[in-house]
Amino acid sequence: MDRPLVTAPPRYQRAPQGVHPAEDPAYRSTVLRHPLQPLVEIPQTLSEITGPSYPYDAVGPIADDLTRQHAGAPLGERIVVEGRVLDEHGRPVPRTLVEIWQANACGRYAHEGDAHDAPLDPNFTGSGRAITDEDGRYRFVTIKPGHYPWGNHYNAWRPAHIHFSVLGPGFLTRLVTQMYFPGDPLFPLDPIFNSVRDPAVRDRMVSSFDIGLTVPDWALGFRWDIVLRGREATPMLP
Amino acid sequence: MSGITPSQTVGPYFGIMVRGRASCRQVSDATAGTRITIEGQLFDGQGRVIPDALVETWQADSSGRYAHPEDPGAGSADPTFNGYGWAHTREDGGFRFKTIKPGPVPGPDGGAQAPHVVVSVMARGILTRFVTRLYFEDEAANAQDPILARVPADRRHTLIARHAGEGRYQFNVVMQGAGETVFFDV
Repeated sequence: MDRPLVTAPPRYQRAPQGVHPAEDPAYRSTVLRHPLQPLVEIPQTLSEITGPSYPYDAVGPIADDLTRQHAGAPLGERIVVEGRVLDEHGRPVPRTLVEIWQANACGRYAHEGDAHDAPLDPNFTGSGRAITDEDGRYRFVTIKPGHYPWGNHYNAWRPAHIHFSVLGPGFLTRLVTQMYFPGDPLFPLDPIFNSVRDPAVRDRMVSSFDIGLTVPDWALGFRWDIVLRGREATPMLP
Repeated sequence: MSGITPSQTVGPYFGIMVRGRASCRQVSDATAGTRITIEGQLFDGQGRVIPDALVETWQADSSGRYAHPEDPGAGSADPTFNGYGWAHTREDGGFRFKTIKPGPVPGPDGGAQAPHVVVSVMARGILTRFVTRLYFEDEAANAQDPILARVPADRRHTLIARHAGEGRYQFNVVMQGAGETVFFDV
């Protein structure tokens, strides 16, 4: 191949066991949707260390404000959600795509599959995107999502959450997760939240109320940092 | 050091997010390489289709270059090719990617890897994504591919897209059970 010889770039650290569970019988939909055969361990190659980006200029100036996407203001409690995308070493992840989607203030998604008997809000789609700045920072303005029931078990309700999708610098850093709000009474009852067994690890998904982010006379602020897989300290020899 | 943020399921409503994205076109008229269409269906452990999955792909251009700073050849990567594909599966569990056949890319040992596409599967009921690869049936280089070599011989076929006519490849993904696709820890 007419290309420079590749020196092995530093690999990404593997996720510790238990951080990313494959299945949880308490979350019934996992039962038939996870492999029974063991995962095959493979080396990280250029195919996994590289990864997708997203056209920055396709992210409009108010794509990160979910309260300004329609003619009127959505109903509900306006909030600011701000944080940084970091790697495991605390280094910022700049210029990466962060996307969110969520239910409206009543706990209803603007999605044809959501049959929950709660009103749709014509002024709320519930989807936003942002590109992190040089410090890895993102900021969204949105509405606090409502709780909603789901069919997993009798009287099952999800804690309020915002879905987050992050590309990160490579295919290996791709992360889709959910951000929760502090003190939600449904935490002990939710199989998805509790699929992460270690309480300290689970708490990384819970945002913090932050008076510093709170805008006077306008909106409460919540802070939430997202930590992606980081590189190993020294390059591995090929 | 801070701990990584755990993964959570995309749930059933990620379509709200995907619909707002700019474009899913990977290829334009100017893109170099052989046009191909990859089609497949996603199945669960009872052989039922999965109509609410997010399938994502990442691949090199027709010369085997990734448009990414980590690839020393990135400077000559085809600027008209987008290596990132994504698809919300249809009611029949189906997905389709209109792309180009990727070239061979460097392997972990200084050798080459056979042309391939890396694939992520996310869905309601999947707490963290599952990662697999797609190889092409008509590539002799598959026999020397260092990643395929790590896969038990009797399961390698689950990673091989079948040639299904001019420029068409068929690649089904089975999450569980008979014919279960090989997924990777990487």
